[in-house]
Amino acid sequence: MKEKISRIVENFGNDAARLMDILSEVQSEYGCVSCEAVSAIAENLHISEVDVIQTRSFYHFFTEEQVGKYAVYLNNSVVSCMNGMSDVADEFQKQLGVKFGQKTADGLVSLHYTACIGMSDQEPAAIINDVVFTSLTRNKVAKLVADMRAGKAVNDMVTEFGDGNNANPIVRSMVKNNIMKTGPVVLDAYEVGLGLSKALGMDSKAVIKEVLDSGLRGRGGAGFPTGMKWEFCSREAGDHYVMCNADEGEPGTFKDRVLLTERASMVFEGMAIGAYAIGAKEGVLYLRREYKYMKALLENVLTEMRSENLLGNNILGKGFNFDIRVQFGAGAYVCGEESALIESAEGKRGEPRNRPPFPAQKGYKGKPTIVNNVETFCAAARILDRGAAWHKAIGTPESSGTKVLSISGDCNAPGVYELPWGMSISEMLTMVGASDVQAVQVAGPSGICLPPAQFDRKIALEDLPTGGSMIVIGNKRDLLKDVVLNFMEFFADESCGSCVTCRSFNMILKNSIEKVVEGHGITKDIDDMSAWSEILRKTTRCGLGQTSSNPITTTIKNFRPLYDARVKNVEYQSDFDMSKAVVESCAVVGRSAEIHE
Amino acid sequence: MSKPIIATTSLAGCFGCHMSILDIDDRILQLIELVEFNKSPIDDIKTFTKQCDIGIIEGGCCNSENVHVLKEFRKNCKILISLGECAIMGGLPAMRNGIPVKECLEEAYWGGPTVGLNTEKIMPNDPELPMILDKVYPCHEIVKIDYYLPGCAPRADLIWAAVVALVTGDELNIPYELVKFD
Repeated sequence: MKEKISRIVENFGNDAARLMDILSEVQSEYGCVSCEAVSAIAENLHISEVDVIQTRSFYHFFTEEQVGKYAVYLNNSVVSCMNGMSDVADEFQKQLGVKFGQKTADGLVSLHYTACIGMSDQEPAAIINDVVFTSLTRNKVAKLVADMRAGKAVNDMVTEFGDGNNANPIVRSMVKNNIMKTGPVVLDAYEVGLGLSKALGMDSKAVIKEVLDSGLRGRGGAGFPTGMKWEFCSREAGDHYVMCNADEGEPGTFKDRVLLTERASMVFEGMAIGAYAIGAKEGVLYLRREYKYMKALLENVLTEMRSENLLGNNILGKGFNFDIRVQFGAGAYVCGEESALIESAEGKRGEPRNRPPFPAQKGYKGKPTIVNNVETFCAAARILDRGAAWHKAIGTPESSGTKVLSISGDCNAPGVYELPWGMSISEMLTMVGASDVQAVQVAGPSGICLPPAQFDRKIALEDLPTGGSMIVIGNKRDLLKDVVLNFMEFFADESCGSCVTCRSFNMILKNSIEKVVEGHGITKDIDDMSAWSEILRKTTRCGLGQTSSNPITTTIKNFRPLYDARVKNVEYQSDFDMSKAVVESCAVVGRSAEIHE
Repeated sequence: MSKPIIATTSLAGCFGCHMSILDIDDRILQLIELVEFNKSPIDDIKTFTKQCDIGIIEGGCCNSENVHVLKEFRKNCKILISLGECAIMGGLPAMRNGIPVKECLEEAYWGGPTVGLNTEKIMPNDPELPMILDKVYPCHEIVKIDYYLPGCAPRADLIWAAVVALVTGDELNIPYELVKFD
């Protein structure tokens, strides 16, 4: 093992900043990163074992215990649950005779739950050894288990392929694009290099001005003006870096997956334009681990672009040098926060940094860095080709251009829609074939839960900002149990734990909503949740804690009767259940738990 | 008028909070002028003999007996105070939360370095023994708690100020230094 690990570490230049890649390879090779492996990695990198352990323990695709030869990661996010996840989970457990969180005795299969894997338009979905299986049913699970028992290679277990590049021989994935509507900016016909060649014919300041004039604002959801970010960064001295945030982890978002499948060259071209604008030579695409199945496709696109002289040295003969590497995450929602993403790309725990300094001043490797969303880079490439004025004319005055939405949940046509900013929610619902709608979760769990009375509001940064996640929730759903509780479980899991309030309040809020859902709640629990949410929002370092109570606060605000119907108006009520609480200890000594009431 | 009656108990705590009560030093003489004690380790009264005004709880609930005692306190006291970190949040004992009970018991009775004599791997199971709960609970998750006095242990001056304010009805003035711990 020691020699093999030495070789792996050497392949990454004995560079501790590449710890994520090293751990990823070790995990794939051995099914875990054991204590022995940790020692070997630490020794080779000349860092302490604790440094290795703290990174390993942060990401849920790195494990200390060996996972099964086939490690099944089933998505338990909201939309997956809506589409029958519990049946699928039940079938896996029945077929294999083990529960989620366990491994079969022969070590063949381990079952794990995981947060949203970016397949909300084709749930329930699972990842088995980096290969994605979508639209699972009990029958399909039985077939998968039979295949695993027969020792089939995971890739051979995929029998049908998706559309577009998903069917490409180097991808061979069953994932579907489900592009339901194309728009002028991102999904319109595209020829690689047009934007970049125009940019390289301009002064770098003029490129920034073009982006500024286009009105382009960050497509990850926060809506910060892209040109302004580039301008701030370009003013700083020293080496610069370009990073693309492809860690889309917001439950219900999957548009970056489709853009990277069908528009990878456009993303890379946008990164190159950004690099030229700020004066960077290196770029990093930080891609969530869940999309590992695209690795060969992306590497292939990079190779093609290098051969067409769109990346590499002396790009298009203009003396501009720039290249990109793909960095994989390992399962951590908080890495979508830009400073956490940078930490992670440097091989560390994905804990958000204190800001300021902002990444534009001190980012990757401590150097000025722009971090932009996949879709933002696509838009930048198009803007340089067609011009700022053309882009500015699309959408609304404050939100120029289009937004690529990931729409899922209770509707007839889930998928990806590129729409000019400014469409109302009710228009959107008609478009996707959704009737009998109880609520729309705008911008994912960290966004807002919108009631029908507000469906005339517009999808725009000045009204309903969104990074793209739109989950339609039908009337048949139990909003508090199926949606709010699921979201709070997600945040309690995904908080990095760095800020005390985020670490504890997300757990406390989750327990409180659970108490309400289970019928033990009182009116005071609702008031407490509101008050605690406010403290949480004000006292955490990054966007996760600042928005993680939104599922609760926005439903208390917009769906208060659902809460009132479930709580009692008494002074105090405990949800403590003695007979449940002593089940484990009674089992250890073989006593009946009944007698302890 | 009869004096207000106080009861105290230590559940899953270390008795450190009770030590801190004793740390009021000579003010204990003033205290017995102000109040009467009922069930409490301070006077060693084991069961409630009358209704009390104030119940002071040290420690959270780690076993079924703790829950039983806490509920008795709620029944017999008008006002309940969670005294100290363990009562308020579970404290040090709650470090086992998240570890399966079976693992904890096996480590405690079979695997630990000081249990070498238990070669037959006996797991204590006398009918008199209370059962360990699935996790350590803070008191307010089991019964309604009226006041919380933080600290590990809460300072004697804080306990004194709070009890005196409750008993006399005077306004509680706690200097910041008494409740800050950094």
